Amino acid sequence: MAAPGASDSEEEELAGYGTALEPLPEGERIKKPVPLQEQTVKDEKGRYKRFHGAFSGGFSAGYFNTVGSKEGWAPSTFVSSRQKRADKTALGPEDFMDEEDLSEYGIAPKEITTTDDFASKPKDRIKEKARHIAGITSSIPGTTALDDLIAPAKITIGVELLRKMGWKEGQGVGPRVKREPRKQKPDPEVKVYGCALPPEGSEDEEDEYQPANVTFAPKDVMPVDLTPKENVRGLGYQGLDPTKALFGVSGGEHPSLFTDGSEKTSNLLGDLRHSKGRKLGISGQAFGVGALEEEDDDIYATETLSKYDTVLKDEEPGDMLYGWTAPKQYKNKKGMEKEIRYIGKILDGFSLASKSSATKKTYLPPDLPRDYRPVHYFRPVITARNENPLLLQALVESTGKLETDALQQNRHTLNASQRRELLGETALKGPSPSVLEYLSGKDKERIKEVKQAAEQQMKTQTLPQQSLNISSFSYGVHQKWQMALGGQLATPSSSDFKPFAKNPEKQKRYEDYIESLKQGQKDTSESHTDPGMTEWERGREREEFFHAAVLYKSSNPVLSSRFTRAKHEDDTDKVEVPRDQEMDIDDKESAVKMKMFGKLTRDKFEWHPEKLLCKRFNVPDPYSDSLIVGLPKVKRDKYSVFNFLTLPESTTTTITQTINEKMQQNISPNKPKKPSRWDVSDKEKKKKDSISEFISLARSKVNIQQQQPESVIEEDRSRTNEPLPNKAVNESTDQKEEEESRPSMDLFKAIFASSSDEKSSSSEEDSDEEAHQPPSSVPNSESTKHANLPDTSSADVQECMAVTSEPDLVPPLLKEELDKVEEFGPRLPPVSFSKTTQEHEPVSLASSVEANQKEKPKKNKEKHKVKREHKHKKEKKKKRKKHRHKGKHKNKKSEKNSNSDTVDSSDSLSDIEEITDLSSQELLRRLKHLPAMKQ
Amino acid sequence: MAFPEPKPKKPELPKRLVQNLECKQGAVRAVRFNVDGNYCLTCGSDKSLKLWNPHKGTLLKTYSGHGYEVLDAAGSFDNSQLCSCGADKTVVLWDVASGQVIRKFRGHAGKVNCVQFNEEATVILSGSIDSSVRCWDCRSRRPDPIQILDEAKDGVSSLKVSDYEILSGSVDGRVRRYDLRAGELYSDYVGSPVTSVCFSKDGQCTLAASLDSTLRLLDKDTGELLGEYTGHKNTAYKLDCCLSEKDTHVTSCSEDGKVYFWDLVEGSLMLSLPVGRGVVQSLSFHPSKPGLLTATEGRVQFWREESHVVEEQPPGC
Repeated sequence: MAAPGASDSEEEELAGYGTALEPLPEGERIKKPVPLQEQTVKDEKGRYKRFHGAFSGGFSAGYFNTVGSKEGWAPSTFVSSRQKRADKTALGPEDFMDEEDLSEYGIAPKEITTTDDFASKPKDRIKEKARHIAGITSSIPGTTALDDLIAPAKITIGVELLRKMGWKEGQGVGPRVKREPRKQKPDPEVKVYGCALPPEGSEDEEDEYQPANVTFAPKDVMPVDLTPKENVRGLGYQGLDPTKALFGVSGGEHPSLFTDGSEKTSNLLGDLRHSKGRKLGISGQAFGVGALEEEDDDIYATETLSKYDTVLKDEEPGDMLYGWTAPKQYKNKKGMEKEIRYIGKILDGFSLASKSSATKKTYLPPDLPRDYRPVHYFRPVITARNENPLLLQALVESTGKLETDALQQNRHTLNASQRRELLGETALKGPSPSVLEYLSGKDKERIKEVKQAAEQQMKTQTLPQQSLNISSFSYGVHQKWQMALGGQLATPSSSDFKPFAKNPEKQKRYEDYIESLKQGQKDTSESHTDPGMTEWERGREREEFFHAAVLYKSSNPVLSSRFTRAKHEDDTDKVEVPRDQEMDIDDKESAVKMKMFGKLTRDKFEWHPEKLLCKRFNVPDPYSDSLIVGLPKVKRDKYSVFNFLTLPESTTTTITQTINEKMQQNISPNKPKKPSRWDVSDKEKKKKDSISEFISLARSKVNIQQQQPESVIEEDRSRTNEPLPNKAVNESTDQKEEEESRPSMDLFKAIFASSSDEKSSSSEEDSDEEAHQPPSSVPNSESTKHANLPDTSSADVQECMAVTSEPDLVPPLLKEELDKVEEFGPRLPPVSFSKTTQEHEPVSLASSVEANQKEKPKKNKEKHKVKREHKHKKEKKKKRKKHRHKGKHKNKKSEKNSNSDTVDSSDSLSDIEEITDLSSQELLRRLKHLPAMKQ
Repeated sequence: MAFPEPKPKKPELPKRLVQNLECKQGAVRAVRFNVDGNYCLTCGSDKSLKLWNPHKGTLLKTYSGHGYEVLDAAGSFDNSQLCSCGADKTVVLWDVASGQVIRKFRGHAGKVNCVQFNEEATVILSGSIDSSVRCWDCRSRRPDPIQILDEAKDGVSSLKVSDYEILSGSVDGRVRRYDLRAGELYSDYVGSPVTSVCFSKDGQCTLAASLDSTLRLLDKDTGELLGEYTGHKNTAYKLDCCLSEKDTHVTSCSEDGKVYFWDLVEGSLMLSLPVGRGVVQSLSFHPSKPGLLTATEGRVQFWREESHVVEEQPPGC
């Protein structure tokens, strides 16, 4: 109970985590971030800028969007002509531009200029001026002049090199050429669509007189830009080019900002502004009429479709460019390039071919004979080995026709399906003639096996069971089966199944074995085993062959035609198995008994945790670069049956389970007992066994009378009842699960996809049902046994055996089943123990055998009744009702008891609080604060 | 000069009954202290989970939402969440204050025997009779477990989690310790179905109770047997065991209605505390004080040491 003064000390004991936030100054609000819609753009003077969408994406221009200034509109350059003649000032575009345009992000940024070293202009005017001023103002006049003398001329290296090679400024680079007489300009009427006119040659009107024998330096031209088109603009779109917008500006007041090569050279060639009525600046309809544009006649010209080409014509539009918007150099040389297809730049030393290369000659395919049919027949191959008469007969049976006959026969006498088989084609998917064909191959085989099993029993019943030892029995079974299987065994040549393809020798032996089986040889096993093998190995292999043969009988050709073989066979015959298995329990058991814990009882594995799990646990991933999760797995050969076996006699080849089952049952009397994980200790084992013995005894009685179809096969071999096929199948699956060392679940799933699922779900249901029950164990176990009845045929079977043989030989799964009934391992205690319910003391594993024996017969009688009536479910319900009733009864009693208890205890503990209804808020508060209780 | 340290008091065993909680939820399948020992959870066979203050004996909240009986529960480190598991094959994550189900994790194929939060309550680990331990992610909305530890050959009966280890006891008679930091799995064979496992407070040892009525203290690193504790009876039921708050004693339930205390080092039986007539199914030791909760039948009892003084709760506090 909390101490009275606990609340003071509580806060001291609180632990703080992390850094506390600084307390807010009082009266101050937390600054909220400005939302996007309220963020504004301001200019240098803090005025709001509004977006206009004018020329250059500009914000407000001029003085409050007027052309004037604060004083109103006044041309700044106005000078009264009376006092002084106004200087004729040449206005550049910059005079009409806003400050923003000249800033870093405007259309004519001033800030970024090339440095001296790389500028091809020799002198920087500003610097020159600065130096000039410095020279005047410096203390020693003339020093700058000295600097000029000393300082090297600032010429870039490239220019210097070019000069040494004879280049002069304004010239192009390359060998000197003769200048051709100029062609006429292209038709000026050609409308140009797009943003800007292609740059027209400033040299067009330049020179009239060209002496014939004078060579000139090549023109300084921009090289063809062969960069691929990467944008999504239209072909030929160039955007607004500042160099063209400000073409030719290089006045004294407006130092040229754009030191682009071509522009510069044109400047050097002469100031072109005065040359002719030349359009300057921005042109093109997309931009309307610019400020400097004179023509404004067709601003409102309507676009008509007639201005566009609607037909793809062969003839070029007139400029020989086929849409190529290269610089004009090639455009002008029209005549020369008449027949040239190649429009790119021709490399030095190469010339375009005058003759076109010879056309390739094409050869026609040969004429086919008139009676040619484009079909190829494969001749069937018959190996020499197959020549024994029996096999041939089998072939005839399986295919309906002998291939050698087929060769001799006229092909026209064959029907479609025969031809199909000959050609190895797949059958058309049509309606199947019988229901059987809808069954899977596995099911069919099972049905077959069931039939055979029945036959087999008739034969084996004559054999005295007790006198059989392992080998002789299995051998006897083999003999029987070889006969029983007869022609249904796999024919190695006809089926493409090769179970031992990995080991060719073994495969060969297998095929021999099959053949000899076909021929009905009795001593099949001896005739074709490897002489180098030991007796044991031989036995193993014989068994393996035998199972493989049964397993892979050639199925119905109609069915097999519907399936195809997997392309990747790796996965089919491999299965993942944990690399490290826990060691044998035998040694550990003894170690535990000797209390030698430590190395003997410990297994250590490499285990890969999931990455996310490591993250959640705040632990670095120990195997950060591995993709494995869990225990590392290895692939093992699936068909090598013995990978999964620890028991010598049981096999995992599953379809042959009925056979195995019989074998196991007969073998088991001589089998040494292997301790399983279910054997808790000797003492317990005995008890368990005694229980199970008893159960089995009782059940066997019941079974003999009622469970004819299931149990006949195993318990009484003299009877010749034909079991129902599906039951037998079920049974086989049940038996399947009884193997002591289980292979991985995947294998089971792969084999018994449907049946095992049913099984497991039913067992789950069982456990659920248990959970429903009031957990007093006697009625509980009773009822669960009832619940289990429909599918405990296997258990019954085993129990029957246990009766006839020693109790030790109960296979481990029986115990498992029993434990399943008793809810997997340790149970939960019953709800209440009170004196009145003492007779319901749980029948635990430790309870006396006698007690069990007293109760069990009763149970069995009940069971008996139930079974006879064949109304399991109804009965079950009834039972449960009864139990529930009982439970209620019991609960009432226990409540009484507990009530008395509480009365007693409440006397002594009078200080119990009665605060039971706490608000959730209060609860939360308490939990959050976690007061440390003071005692 | 500093005073010499007072001589440490001899550890006392909780043998004085201070509270008796009638849970009224059928059989109490498990009783668990919360992280600081101020509250406890009881798992009832009537599908309900209850939160108590065992010191005062008050019922604080009932959490209902399970389909069958609740078998185990745990509280998160910050007491904001609970997790529970039950025979309905689900693991449920609860909000403590509102009593609402935050999430239900489905995926186990059978009854879920035990459940634990990891240290930061980001992962719930649950062990089931389907022989798997599943790690459920509380952070994401993923319905599948992060990882399934299916190495056990039989049902997982008990589970404990440290900051980097997962300890699981299985009916196949093995105690498995998954070391996430080292990426290794240690499997110790005990020989008998393990019903309960726990770490010692110092993290050096593991205690395993098995159905041969024996508790074994194993060295965590080597798997060597450090101690064996017998005298109680545990042959059929899944009963809990634990270590006392200072690792001085080993405590176990018993089927004869008593709780047994052994000295950890000597292995001698110190006390057998009669609790009730029926099987003492579950117990939980206070994390820091000598206090013990025992669950038998439908009743939970809270035991303290002899010297413990039950203080009167002042009114209005």
